[in-house]
Amino acid sequence: MKKVYATATEALEGLLRDDMLIAAGGFGLCGIPELLLQAIKESGVKNLTFASNNAGVDDFGIGILLKTKQVKKMISSYVGENAEFMRQYLSGELELEFNPQGTLAERMRAAGCGIPGFYTKTGVGTVIAEGKEHKDFNGETYILEEGIFADLSIVKAWKADETGNLVFRKTARNFNPPAAMCGKLCVAEVEEIVPTGSLDPDTIHLPGIYVHRLIQGDHEKRIEQRTVRKREEA
Amino acid sequence: MPWDRNQMAARAAQELEDGMYVNLGIGIPTLVANYVGDKDITLQSENGMLGMGPFPYEGEEDPDLINAGKQTITELNRTAYFDSAQSFGMIRGGKIAAAILGAMEVSEKGDLANWMIPGKLVKGMGGAMDLVAGVGRVIVVMDHTNKHGDSKVLKECTLPLTGKNVVDLIITNLGVLEVGHKGLHILECADGVTHDDIRAATEATIV
Repeated sequence: MKKVYATATEALEGLLRDDMLIAAGGFGLCGIPELLLQAIKESGVKNLTFASNNAGVDDFGIGILLKTKQVKKMISSYVGENAEFMRQYLSGELELEFNPQGTLAERMRAAGCGIPGFYTKTGVGTVIAEGKEHKDFNGETYILEEGIFADLSIVKAWKADETGNLVFRKTARNFNPPAAMCGKLCVAEVEEIVPTGSLDPDTIHLPGIYVHRLIQGDHEKRIEQRTVRKREEA
Repeated sequence: MPWDRNQMAARAAQELEDGMYVNLGIGIPTLVANYVGDKDITLQSENGMLGMGPFPYEGEEDPDLINAGKQTITELNRTAYFDSAQSFGMIRGGKIAAAILGAMEVSEKGDLANWMIPGKLVKGMGGAMDLVAGVGRVIVVMDHTNKHGDSKVLKECTLPLTGKNVVDLIITNLGVLEVGHKGLHILECADGVTHDDIRAATEATIV
Protein backbone atom coordinates (compact mmCIF):
# COMPACT_ATOMS: atom_id res chain seq x y z
CA MET A 1 0.00 0.00 0.00
CA LYS A 2 1.37 3.35 -1.00
CA LYS A 3 1.82 5.69 1.95
CA VAL A 4 4.02 8.37 0.41
CA TYR A 5 2.26 11.44 -1.00
CA ALA A 6 3.75 14.38 -2.88
CA THR A 7 2.31 17.25 -0.84
CA ALA A 8 0.57 17.90 2.46
CA THR A 9 -2.64 18.81 0.63
CA GLU A 10 -2.64 15.52 -1.29
CA ALA A 11 -1.87 13.56 1.88
CA LEU A 12 -4.90 15.09 3.61
CA GLU A 13 -7.28 14.59 0.68
CA GLY A 14 -10.53 12.94 1.78
CA LEU A 15 -9.57 13.03 5.45
CA LEU A 16 -10.75 16.50 6.49
CA ARG A 17 -14.25 17.52 7.49
CA ASP A 18 -15.82 20.21 9.65
CA ASP A 19 -16.21 19.54 13.42
CA MET A 20 -13.51 16.86 13.56
CA LEU A 21 -11.11 16.17 16.44
CA ILE A 22 -7.46 16.33 15.43
CA ALA A 23 -4.57 15.25 17.64
CA ALA A 24 -1.38 17.14 16.82
CA GLY A 25 2.18 16.44 17.94
CA GLY A 26 4.69 19.05 19.06
CA PHE A 27 5.78 20.96 22.15
CA GLY A 28 5.80 24.72 21.76
CA LEU A 29 7.02 25.13 18.19
CA CYS A 30 9.34 22.12 18.46
CA GLY A 31 8.37 19.12 16.38
CA ILE A 32 5.05 20.52 15.16
CA PRO A 33 3.49 19.32 11.89
CA GLU A 34 3.86 22.75 10.33
CA LEU A 35 3.23 21.69 6.71
CA LEU A 36 0.06 19.75 7.50
CA LEU A 37 -1.27 22.65 9.60
CA GLN A 38 -0.70 24.98 6.66
CA ALA A 39 -2.56 22.57 4.37
CA ILE A 40 -5.45 22.31 6.84
CA LYS A 41 -5.65 26.10 6.83
CA GLU A 42 -5.77 26.18 3.04
CA SER A 43 -8.49 23.48 2.96
CA GLY A 44 -10.88 25.86 4.74
CA VAL A 45 -12.21 23.11 7.02
CA LYS A 46 -13.70 24.61 10.19
CA ASN A 47 -15.07 24.07 13.72
CA LEU A 48 -12.04 21.94 14.50
CA THR A 49 -11.11 20.64 17.93
CA PHE A 50 -7.39 20.22 18.49
CA ALA A 51 -5.80 18.06 21.15
CA SER A 52 -2.36 19.62 21.24
CA ASN A 53 -0.11 20.55 24.14
CA ASN A 54 0.15 24.17 22.92
CA ALA A 55 -1.61 26.42 20.42
CA GLY A 56 1.38 27.75 18.50
CA VAL A 57 2.14 31.45 18.19
CA ASP A 58 0.13 34.02 16.25
CA ASP A 59 1.70 33.31 12.86
CA PHE A 60 3.03 29.74 13.22
CA GLY A 61 1.70 26.35 14.17
CA ILE A 62 -1.95 26.07 15.23
CA GLY A 63 -1.91 29.86 15.57
CA ILE A 64 -2.46 30.20 11.81
CA LEU A 65 -5.75 28.30 12.16
CA LEU A 66 -6.86 30.47 15.06
CA LYS A 67 -6.36 33.55 12.96
CA THR A 68 -8.73 32.16 10.30
CA LYS A 69 -11.19 31.07 13.03
CA GLN A 70 -11.10 27.42 11.94
CA VAL A 71 -10.67 26.20 15.51
CA LYS A 72 -13.67 25.73 17.81
CA LYS A 73 -11.91 24.17 20.79
CA MET A 74 -8.43 23.46 22.14
CA ILE A 75 -7.48 20.66 24.54
CA SER A 76 -4.08 21.84 25.81
CA SER A 77 -1.88 22.17 28.88
CA TYR A 78 -0.36 25.57 28.17
CA VAL A 79 -1.40 28.33 25.77
CA GLY A 80 0.60 31.28 27.02
CA GLU A 81 2.39 32.36 23.85
CA ASN A 82 -0.55 33.31 21.67
CA ALA A 83 -2.23 36.73 21.78
CA GLU A 84 -4.94 35.89 19.24
CA PHE A 85 -5.77 32.77 21.22
CA MET A 86 -6.28 34.86 24.36
CA ARG A 87 -8.44 37.37 22.51
CA GLN A 88 -10.76 34.68 21.13
CA TYR A 89 -10.85 32.80 24.43
CA LEU A 90 -11.69 35.88 26.52
CA SER A 91 -14.39 36.93 24.03
CA GLY A 92 -15.96 33.45 24.21
CA GLU A 93 -15.31 32.57 20.55
CA LEU A 94 -12.98 29.70 21.46
CA GLU A 95 -13.49 26.84 23.90
CA LEU A 96 -10.57 25.71 26.00
CA GLU A 97 -10.13 22.53 28.00
CA PHE A 98 -7.01 22.60 30.14
CA ASN A 99 -5.40 19.24 30.76
CA PRO A 100 -2.32 18.66 32.89
CA GLN A 101 0.46 17.91 30.44
CA GLY A 102 1.04 14.33 31.53
CA THR A 103 -2.68 13.63 31.63
CA LEU A 104 -2.98 14.93 28.06
CA ALA A 105 -0.10 12.72 26.88
CA GLU A 106 -1.53 9.68 28.65
CA ARG A 107 -5.06 10.33 27.34
CA MET A 108 -3.59 10.11 23.83
CA ARG A 109 -1.38 7.10 24.56
CA ALA A 110 -4.19 5.25 26.34
CA ALA A 111 -6.66 5.75 23.47
CA GLY A 112 -4.02 4.52 21.05
CA CYS A 113 -3.66 1.39 23.18
CA GLY A 114 -7.41 0.76 23.34
CA ILE A 115 -7.74 1.98 26.92
CA PRO A 116 -10.81 4.25 27.29
CA GLY A 117 -9.94 5.51 30.78
CA PHE A 118 -7.30 5.42 33.49
CA TYR A 119 -6.91 6.61 37.07
CA THR A 120 -4.29 9.21 38.00
CA LYS A 121 -3.31 11.18 41.09
CA THR A 122 -2.61 14.23 38.94
CA GLY A 123 -5.10 17.01 39.67
CA VAL A 124 -6.74 15.46 42.75
CA GLY A 125 -7.98 18.31 44.96
CA THR A 126 -7.84 20.85 42.10
CA VAL A 127 -10.37 22.21 39.57
CA ILE A 128 -9.24 19.47 37.20
CA ALA A 129 -10.85 16.84 39.43
CA GLU A 130 -14.27 18.51 39.55
CA GLY A 131 -17.00 16.27 38.15
CA LYS A 132 -14.65 13.32 37.64
CA GLU A 133 -14.98 9.91 39.26
CA HIS A 134 -12.73 9.52 42.34
CA LYS A 135 -11.49 6.14 43.46
CA ASP A 136 -9.13 5.03 46.22
CA PHE A 137 -6.34 2.53 45.61
CA ASN A 138 -4.16 1.48 48.56
CA GLY A 139 -5.33 4.46 50.61
CA GLU A 140 -4.65 7.07 47.95
CA THR A 141 -7.24 8.93 45.89
CA TYR A 142 -7.16 8.95 42.10
CA ILE A 143 -9.38 10.47 39.42
CA LEU A 144 -10.65 8.90 36.23
CA GLU A 145 -9.38 10.45 33.00
CA GLU A 146 -10.61 9.36 29.58
CA GLY A 147 -8.67 8.47 26.46
CA ILE A 148 -8.69 10.91 23.53
CA PHE A 149 -9.88 9.05 20.44
CA ALA A 150 -9.11 11.46 17.62
CA ASP A 151 -10.55 11.42 14.11
CA LEU A 152 -7.16 12.31 12.67
CA SER A 153 -3.57 12.52 13.92
CA ILE A 154 -1.00 14.85 12.41
CA VAL A 155 2.65 14.50 13.45
CA LYS A 156 6.16 15.54 12.50
CA ALA A 157 9.18 13.23 12.53
CA TRP A 158 12.78 13.52 11.38
CA LYS A 159 13.02 10.50 9.10
CA ALA A 160 10.71 7.86 7.75
CA ASP A 161 11.02 4.90 5.46
CA GLU A 162 8.42 4.30 2.75
CA THR A 163 6.41 1.99 5.07
CA GLY A 164 5.94 4.80 7.60
CA ASN A 165 8.42 3.69 10.25
CA LEU A 166 9.40 6.93 12.01
CA VAL A 167 12.55 8.23 13.67
CA PHE A 168 12.38 11.42 15.72
CA ARG A 169 15.22 13.75 16.63
CA LYS A 170 16.05 14.95 20.18
CA THR A 171 13.24 16.75 22.02
CA ALA A 172 11.21 17.11 18.82
CA ARG A 173 9.76 13.66 19.63
CA ASN A 174 7.62 14.98 22.53
CA PHE A 175 3.87 14.53 21.87
CA ASN A 176 4.29 13.08 18.38
CA PRO A 177 4.21 9.35 19.23
CA PRO A 178 1.17 9.50 21.55
CA ALA A 179 -0.62 11.88 19.16
CA ALA A 180 0.08 9.53 16.24
CA MET A 181 -1.31 6.56 18.16
CA CYS A 182 -4.68 8.03 19.17
CA GLY A 183 -6.16 8.86 15.74
CA LYS A 184 -8.26 6.71 13.44
CA LEU A 185 -5.80 7.78 10.74
CA CYS A 186 -2.39 9.38 11.04
CA VAL A 187 -0.57 11.60 8.55
CA ALA A 188 3.12 12.23 9.20
CA GLU A 189 5.41 14.86 7.72
CA VAL A 190 9.15 14.23 7.82
CA GLU A 191 12.37 15.94 6.78
CA GLU A 192 13.55 12.92 4.82
CA ILE A 193 11.95 9.76 3.48
CA VAL A 194 14.63 7.10 3.04
CA PRO A 195 14.28 3.86 1.05
CA THR A 196 12.68 1.01 2.98
CA GLY A 197 15.43 -1.12 4.46
CA SER A 198 17.85 1.72 5.15
CA LEU A 199 16.68 2.41 8.71
CA ASP A 200 18.12 0.19 11.43
CA PRO A 201 15.01 -1.63 12.78
CA ASP A 202 16.34 -1.27 16.32
CA THR A 203 16.33 2.54 16.08
CA ILE A 204 12.72 3.03 14.94
CA HIS A 205 10.79 5.09 17.50
CA LEU A 206 7.29 4.64 16.08
CA PRO A 207 6.43 1.62 13.91
CA GLY A 208 4.72 2.31 10.60
CA ILE A 209 1.56 0.52 11.74
CA TYR A 210 0.53 3.86 13.27
CA VAL A 211 1.26 5.91 10.14
CA HIS A 212 -1.12 5.83 7.17
CA ARG A 213 0.11 8.66 4.98
CA LEU A 214 3.46 10.36 4.69
CA ILE A 215 5.06 13.39 3.12
CA GLN A 216 8.56 14.79 2.92
CA GLY A 217 8.97 18.56 2.99
CA ASP A 218 11.04 21.58 3.88
CA HIS A 219 10.51 22.68 7.45
CA GLU A 220 11.08 26.13 8.88
CA LYS A 221 11.61 24.67 12.38
CA ARG A 222 11.25 28.03 14.10
CA ILE A 223 12.96 28.58 17.47
CA GLU A 224 10.64 30.07 20.10
CA GLN A 225 13.25 31.20 22.65
CA ARG A 226 16.82 31.41 21.45
CA THR A 227 19.02 31.16 24.55
CA VAL A 228 22.81 30.96 24.32
CA ARG A 229 25.93 31.23 26.48
CA LYS A 230 29.05 33.17 25.62
CA ARG A 231 32.15 31.23 24.57
CA GLU A 232 34.40 32.86 27.18
CA GLU A 233 32.24 31.33 29.93
CA ALA A 234 33.46 27.88 28.92
CA MET B 1 20.03 39.97 55.34
CA PRO B 2 17.41 37.87 53.56
CA TRP B 3 18.76 35.55 50.87
CA ASP B 4 18.82 36.69 47.26
CA ARG B 5 17.77 34.52 44.32
CA ASN B 6 21.15 32.87 44.01
CA GLN B 7 21.42 32.15 47.72
CA MET B 8 17.96 30.58 47.69
CA ALA B 9 18.98 28.45 44.71
CA ALA B 10 22.21 27.44 46.47
CA ARG B 11 20.23 26.43 49.58
CA ALA B 12 17.83 24.38 47.45
CA ALA B 13 20.80 22.62 45.83
CA GLN B 14 21.84 21.38 49.29
CA GLU B 15 18.66 19.28 49.33
CA LEU B 16 19.85 17.26 46.33
CA GLU B 17 21.78 14.06 46.82
CA ASP B 18 24.25 12.23 44.65
CA GLY B 19 22.53 10.10 42.01
CA MET B 20 19.21 11.94 42.04
CA TYR B 21 17.03 12.52 38.97
CA VAL B 22 15.52 15.99 39.42
CA ASN B 23 13.10 18.32 37.63
CA LEU B 24 13.68 22.05 37.96
CA GLY B 25 10.92 24.58 37.32
CA ILE B 26 11.21 27.94 35.59
CA GLY B 27 12.72 30.99 37.38
CA ILE B 28 14.80 30.65 40.55
CA PRO B 29 14.63 26.81 40.41
CA THR B 30 16.54 26.91 37.10
CA LEU B 31 19.45 28.55 38.96
CA VAL B 32 19.75 25.49 41.24
CA ALA B 33 21.70 23.74 38.46
CA ASN B 34 24.55 26.22 39.05
CA TYR B 35 25.03 25.04 42.65
CA VAL B 36 25.02 21.23 42.55
CA GLY B 37 28.85 21.15 42.65
CA ASP B 38 30.35 17.67 42.44
CA LYS B 39 27.06 15.89 43.04
CA ASP B 40 25.97 13.55 40.27
CA ILE B 41 22.56 15.04 39.45
CA THR B 42 20.59 14.24 36.28
CA LEU B 43 18.12 16.93 35.24
CA GLN B 44 14.83 15.94 33.63
CA SER B 45 13.09 18.20 31.15
CA GLU B 46 9.47 17.07 30.96
CA ASN B 47 9.19 17.65 27.22
CA GLY B 48 11.20 14.44 26.86
CA MET B 49 14.81 14.46 28.06
CA LEU B 50 17.00 13.22 30.89
CA GLY B 51 20.47 14.71 31.15
CA MET B 52 19.78 18.34 30.28
CA GLY B 53 22.89 20.38 29.45
CA PRO B 54 23.54 24.15 29.53
CA PHE B 55 22.49 26.71 26.92
CA PRO B 56 24.30 26.24 23.57
CA TYR B 57 27.10 28.47 22.34
CA GLU B 58 25.97 31.13 19.94
CA GLY B 59 25.46 29.63 16.48
CA GLU B 60 24.95 26.12 17.85
CA GLU B 61 21.25 26.44 18.72
CA ASP B 62 19.18 23.47 17.56
CA PRO B 63 15.42 23.92 17.06
CA ASP B 64 14.96 20.22 17.90
CA LEU B 65 16.59 20.62 21.31
CA ILE B 66 14.68 22.72 23.84
CA ASN B 67 13.74 22.55 27.50
CA ALA B 68 10.26 22.73 29.01
CA GLY B 69 10.55 26.53 29.04
CA LYS B 70 11.03 26.31 25.24
CA GLN B 71 14.62 27.61 25.53
CA THR B 72 17.38 26.16 23.37
CA ILE B 73 19.65 23.86 25.38
CA THR B 74 22.31 21.17 24.82
CA GLU B 75 22.68 17.47 25.51
CA LEU B 76 25.27 15.69 27.67
CA ASN B 77 26.99 12.36 27.16
CA ARG B 78 24.40 10.76 29.43
CA THR B 79 21.36 12.25 27.69
CA ALA B 80 18.34 10.12 26.84
CA TYR B 81 15.30 11.27 24.84
CA PHE B 82 11.75 9.92 25.04
CA ASP B 83 8.20 10.95 24.24
CA SER B 84 5.83 12.97 26.44
CA ALA B 85 3.82 9.94 27.57
CA GLN B 86 6.96 8.20 28.83
CA SER B 87 8.24 11.44 30.32
CA PHE B 88 5.14 11.84 32.45
CA GLY B 89 5.10 8.11 33.04
CA MET B 90 8.38 8.44 34.91
CA ILE B 91 7.05 11.52 36.73
CA ARG B 92 3.69 9.96 37.67
CA GLY B 93 5.44 6.69 38.44
CA GLY B 94 7.55 8.28 41.16
CA LYS B 95 10.90 7.77 39.42
CA ILE B 96 11.90 11.43 39.67
CA ALA B 97 13.36 11.99 43.14
CA ALA B 98 12.52 15.67 43.48
CA ALA B 99 11.01 18.69 41.81
CA ILE B 100 12.07 22.21 42.70
CA LEU B 101 9.33 24.67 41.75
CA GLY B 102 8.30 28.28 42.16
CA ALA B 103 4.99 29.16 43.84
CA MET B 104 2.44 31.92 44.31
CA GLU B 105 1.11 30.45 47.58
CA VAL B 106 1.84 27.47 49.82
CA SER B 107 -0.33 26.36 52.76
CA GLU B 108 0.71 24.85 56.09
CA LYS B 109 -0.74 21.54 54.86
CA GLY B 110 1.52 21.57 51.83
CA ASP B 111 -1.08 22.73 49.33
CA LEU B 112 0.50 24.51 46.38
CA ALA B 113 -0.90 27.23 44.12
CA ASN B 114 1.31 28.23 41.21
CA TRP B 115 -0.66 28.13 37.97
CA MET B 116 -3.61 30.49 37.95
CA ILE B 117 -4.84 33.84 39.22
CA PRO B 118 -8.61 34.14 38.68
CA GLY B 119 -9.52 37.16 36.55
CA LYS B 120 -6.03 37.36 35.10
CA LEU B 121 -4.72 35.77 31.95
CA VAL B 122 -4.73 32.00 32.32
CA LYS B 123 -1.87 30.30 30.51
CA GLY B 124 -2.32 26.76 31.77
CA MET B 125 -0.77 24.38 34.26
CA GLY B 126 1.64 22.74 31.83
CA GLY B 127 3.27 19.85 33.68
CA ALA B 128 3.09 21.33 37.18
CA MET B 129 0.10 19.28 38.41
CA ASP B 130 1.66 16.05 37.18
CA LEU B 131 5.00 16.89 38.80
CA VAL B 132 3.66 17.72 42.25
CA ALA B 133 1.42 14.64 42.24
CA GLY B 134 4.14 12.28 41.10
CA VAL B 135 7.67 13.11 42.19
CA GLY B 136 9.25 11.90 45.40
CA ARG B 137 9.79 15.26 47.05
CA VAL B 138 8.42 18.72 46.20
CA ILE B 139 10.62 21.65 47.17
CA VAL B 140 9.20 25.14 46.72
CA VAL B 141 11.51 28.12 46.24
CA MET B 142 9.86 31.54 46.43
CA ASP B 143 9.87 34.92 48.15
CA HIS B 144 8.27 34.73 51.59
CA THR B 145 5.94 37.67 50.89
CA ASN B 146 4.42 39.20 47.78
CA LYS B 147 5.15 42.69 46.48
CA HIS B 148 2.49 44.12 48.84
CA GLY B 149 4.26 42.52 51.82
CA ASP B 150 1.56 39.86 52.33
CA SER B 151 2.60 36.37 53.37
CA LYS B 152 2.72 33.73 50.63
CA VAL B 153 2.93 31.04 53.32
CA LEU B 154 -0.71 30.67 54.39
CA LYS B 155 -3.10 28.64 56.53
CA GLU B 156 -5.11 27.97 53.36
CA CYS B 157 -4.27 28.90 49.78
CA THR B 158 -6.63 31.47 48.28
CA LEU B 159 -5.71 30.73 44.65
CA PRO B 160 -6.74 27.63 42.65
CA LEU B 161 -4.53 24.72 43.66
CA THR B 162 -1.88 22.95 41.63
CA GLY B 163 -1.84 20.12 44.16
CA LYS B 164 -3.21 19.31 47.59
CA ASN B 165 -0.86 18.28 50.39
CA VAL B 166 2.08 17.93 48.02
CA VAL B 167 4.81 20.32 49.27
CA ASP B 168 7.55 18.90 51.52
CA LEU B 169 9.92 21.84 51.95
CA ILE B 170 9.63 25.61 51.49
CA ILE B 171 12.76 27.67 50.85
CA THR B 172 12.18 31.42 50.92
CA ASN B 173 14.34 34.51 51.12
CA LEU B 174 13.88 34.33 54.93
CA GLY B 175 14.72 30.70 55.57
CA VAL B 176 13.72 27.05 55.26
CA LEU B 177 10.43 25.59 56.49
CA GLU B 178 9.36 21.98 56.56
CA VAL B 179 5.72 20.93 56.16
CA GLY B 180 4.81 18.83 59.21
CA HIS B 181 1.58 17.13 60.32
CA LYS B 182 0.49 19.97 62.60
CA GLY B 183 2.04 22.94 60.84
CA LEU B 184 5.32 24.27 59.59
CA HIS B 185 8.68 23.81 61.26
CA ILE B 186 11.42 26.39 60.84
CA LEU B 187 14.56 24.44 59.93
CA GLU B 188 16.85 27.35 59.15
CA CYS B 189 16.90 31.16 59.05
CA ALA B 190 18.73 33.27 56.47
CA ASP B 191 21.72 35.17 57.86
CA GLY B 192 20.54 37.88 60.25
CA VAL B 193 16.90 36.70 60.08
CA THR B 194 15.37 35.47 63.35
CA HIS B 195 12.59 32.95 64.08
CA ASP B 196 10.47 35.94 65.14
CA ASP B 197 11.08 37.63 61.79
CA ILE B 198 9.84 34.51 60.00
CA ARG B 199 6.81 34.18 62.31
CA ALA B 200 5.94 37.83 61.71
CA ALA B 201 6.08 37.34 57.93
CA THR B 202 4.09 34.08 57.97
CA GLU B 203 0.31 33.74 58.13
CA ALA B 204 0.49 29.94 58.42
CA THR B 205 0.81 28.04 61.71
CA ILE B 206 4.42 27.56 62.76
CA VAL B 207 4.92 24.89 65.43
